[in-house]
Amino acid sequence: MPFACISVPNFPVAAALRAEPDLHALAVAIFEGKPPLEKIIAVNDAARSLGIAPAMTKAQSELCSELALRPRSPLHESSAHAALLDCAQSFSPCVEDTAADTALIDLAGMESLLGPLPQISRAISARATELGLEANVAVASNPDTAQLAARGLSVAPASGRLSRGHLAHAPEDAQNLKVLVIPPGNEAAYLGSLPLEVLFHDRLEGEEKKSADRLLETLERWGIRNLRVLAALPQVSLSERLGQEGLRLQQLARGAAFRTLVPVEPPLVFEEAIELEHPITLLEPLAFLLNRLLEQICARLGSRALATQELRLTLELENFNQPSTLNPQQFLRTLRLPLPMLDPKLFLKLLQLDLNANPPGAPILKIHLAVEPARPRSAQGGLFLPPSPEPEKLELTLARIAGMVGEHKVGALELLDTHHPEGFRMRRFVAEVARKTPQKENSNSSAVGSAVAKSAVTALRRFRPPLRAQVTLQDGEPASVTCLKKKEVQGDVLWKAGPWRFSGDWWEHEAWSRDEWDLALQNGDTIALYRLVHDLLAGAWFMEGTYD
Amino acid sequence: MRSSRGVEGSLDDPRLASITPASQLTIRPAPEMASTGIPALDALTGGLPRGCLTELCGPASSGRTTVLLAVLAAATRRGEFCALIDASDTLDPHSAVATDVDLDRLLWVRCNEISPPRRRDTEKEENQKKGCPISRTSLAREVGISSQSTFDFDHAPSRQSEQRLEQVLRATDLLLESGGFGLIVLDLADLPPQAARRIPLTTWFRFRRAVEHKPTLLLAIEQQPIAGSCSTLLLQLGVLSTQYPVLSSHARSGDQHLQPAHAQLLTGLNINMELTHSRLERKPARAVAFETKTAWAG
Repeated sequence: MPFACISVPNFPVAAALRAEPDLHALAVAIFEGKPPLEKIIAVNDAARSLGIAPAMTKAQSELCSELALRPRSPLHESSAHAALLDCAQSFSPCVEDTAADTALIDLAGMESLLGPLPQISRAISARATELGLEANVAVASNPDTAQLAARGLSVAPASGRLSRGHLAHAPEDAQNLKVLVIPPGNEAAYLGSLPLEVLFHDRLEGEEKKSADRLLETLERWGIRNLRVLAALPQVSLSERLGQEGLRLQQLARGAAFRTLVPVEPPLVFEEAIELEHPITLLEPLAFLLNRLLEQICARLGSRALATQELRLTLELENFNQPSTLNPQQFLRTLRLPLPMLDPKLFLKLLQLDLNANPPGAPILKIHLAVEPARPRSAQGGLFLPPSPEPEKLELTLARIAGMVGEHKVGALELLDTHHPEGFRMRRFVAEVARKTPQKENSNSSAVGSAVAKSAVTALRRFRPPLRAQVTLQDGEPASVTCLKKKEVQGDVLWKAGPWRFSGDWWEHEAWSRDEWDLALQNGDTIALYRLVHDLLAGAWFMEGTYD
Repeated sequence: MRSSRGVEGSLDDPRLASITPASQLTIRPAPEMASTGIPALDALTGGLPRGCLTELCGPASSGRTTVLLAVLAAATRRGEFCALIDASDTLDPHSAVATDVDLDRLLWVRCNEISPPRRRDTEKEENQKKGCPISRTSLAREVGISSQSTFDFDHAPSRQSEQRLEQVLRATDLLLESGGFGLIVLDLADLPPQAARRIPLTTWFRFRRAVEHKPTLLLAIEQQPIAGSCSTLLLQLGVLSTQYPVLSSHARSGDQHLQPAHAQLLTGLNINMELTHSRLERKPARAVAFETKTAWAG
């Protein structure tokens, strides 16, 4: 099976040249690092001829006036890498993203479609040039040999090293100096003249670079300069001295290593859109179109055994201030679900409820719907677990309730890390059964008795907001209380306890300080227990709640 | 007087074929009882019945909220999911935590006066002003918001109570329809009794039918009984005046008035509860008393 390798030499420079094509005719060097210790990491041939080399400092290289210095750009390199993958994927669906500057292509079966291997390799090279990359292309019977051969083309062009007998075609022009096809069985013969450096990627860092340098130094001390000599070493002796790594390098040098490619998977994008001839202003036709989009997206997700946990609806609105369609208004709503789901009807209802609470405010010109794919949830119901709400039904129910009482008025409670009496927030309610194992009902009286200490706790019933109170003091203590907004909360103080002083957040703008009293108030025939609060900062009295 | 044989013999008449003799009627099984977490209450009633409506009534400071939180704690301890429809937004999170309620299993619906459903006329006017008449009423029809819970508020005592009550009833309908909750509580205790009494019996009957044959406990907290015969169990809590002398341990000696306020401490309440009415058993009303402790009493 033939494999092709596309390798872009001097990748940082190639990425910069792709972004700025005007630099092609100039000497270019790329630097990296923190000032003032920037160092050159890559140069093109023109810069090399001026004496600029990697590891020079930026200050040293600035002495050369003809040199164009550019900082390393991860953005340009990312774009160049994406272009490299696009080039590879235009020839075969099975592409491995080996490194930032290297891609491997499985060409099995491509000859019947694209022609003989030399034609394919030239087409790959031309395509890479069209995309702004000067790449080396090598074809061999196994991926590692193709990769070494492609790296070797940077070190020594094909025409300078091999006789015609070893090549499938004779190099005729400059383009073909970057293209090579190795016939099956000739791998060792071609690789033999390549230097040892091609066995290691030139962008190794850290421990990998140290390990590679040590191996190279050892092999050079043995007098081994190229892959042919390495391939000829006895295996047992080599493994005794260099271990498994040495054997692996020898297999590479012989062109006998074989592995399967790890193909790159393109990111899954699930989007559907509709452009409208006439803007729509009513919810019913919008719902009809949304239903169609949702069914299509859910069918696509279902075909890949996926679900979704996030829907993004983007509506392009008619801009009354600027009628030109060049600046349409965009209205974005995002629906986040607690669990992955795949029910178009449910999604439609949730979107409708959301749009009802947050209408677009202008006629709609275009509808764009995107979803984030997620693995479907796998939950196994237990026979002995208590019932729990179905996630889909619950989500719809909560959306409906939120439409009635407000989005932040329904959900689960979460206490905050503060002593403030109202230190809590509402969060999303998710009926996850597996979070905690339920404790079994124990009919043992001692167990129930121990539960009494936790269960029968005197509870407070809060007034929200707290009721403003008028308090008559006697010797500094409340003697009678009146609440204008709630007539039943008033009377003479029969019994009181306190004050209990609380304060907090004094380092914030929302500092608070209060005295709390527990009171028994008599109002006619009734007696009730209340908590009275004196806000020390505002100087006001409030009835906070009743002990019930 | 006809003999029983004669009566049964007359049932052979083909015209009476649809009548089932009483001896052949299937006996409805007794509902499963769930512990309230308070042994005295469990001893009084055997627990709270599943698939039935229970009413818990009492005035302020009679112990309603204490019993409510104890029932919630017991239900969440059993691993059940609970919903609290809080008509007046009165839940104290710290009391819930002190009672050992699992907050992850509690859905809290906080009714308020904000964002009620608008009337159709004003909505249409506003949409015309905005220039984008995306209709809310059409949406309401589409998503199937139940209209069964609406009723005539024309003579309601206050607008705020109307709106809260409407939210309570709609939320209850939605949660009962959704299913999966072990306990649903309607906390109407702070609504004016005249407002709570406006809920028609048909609504309570609908709620009862919705939980029938399901493992859901439906508990309503009120000041006065309002569900009539729809409730299976009616528990009445006593007023504080009967418990006043036992307010705190420091006050037992009777010299509480001589002690300064800072020496006093609210250590708990004594709760008196009476089982006023039960459809599960025909026994005379009986009562029970039990103590509660404040979270700081130790």
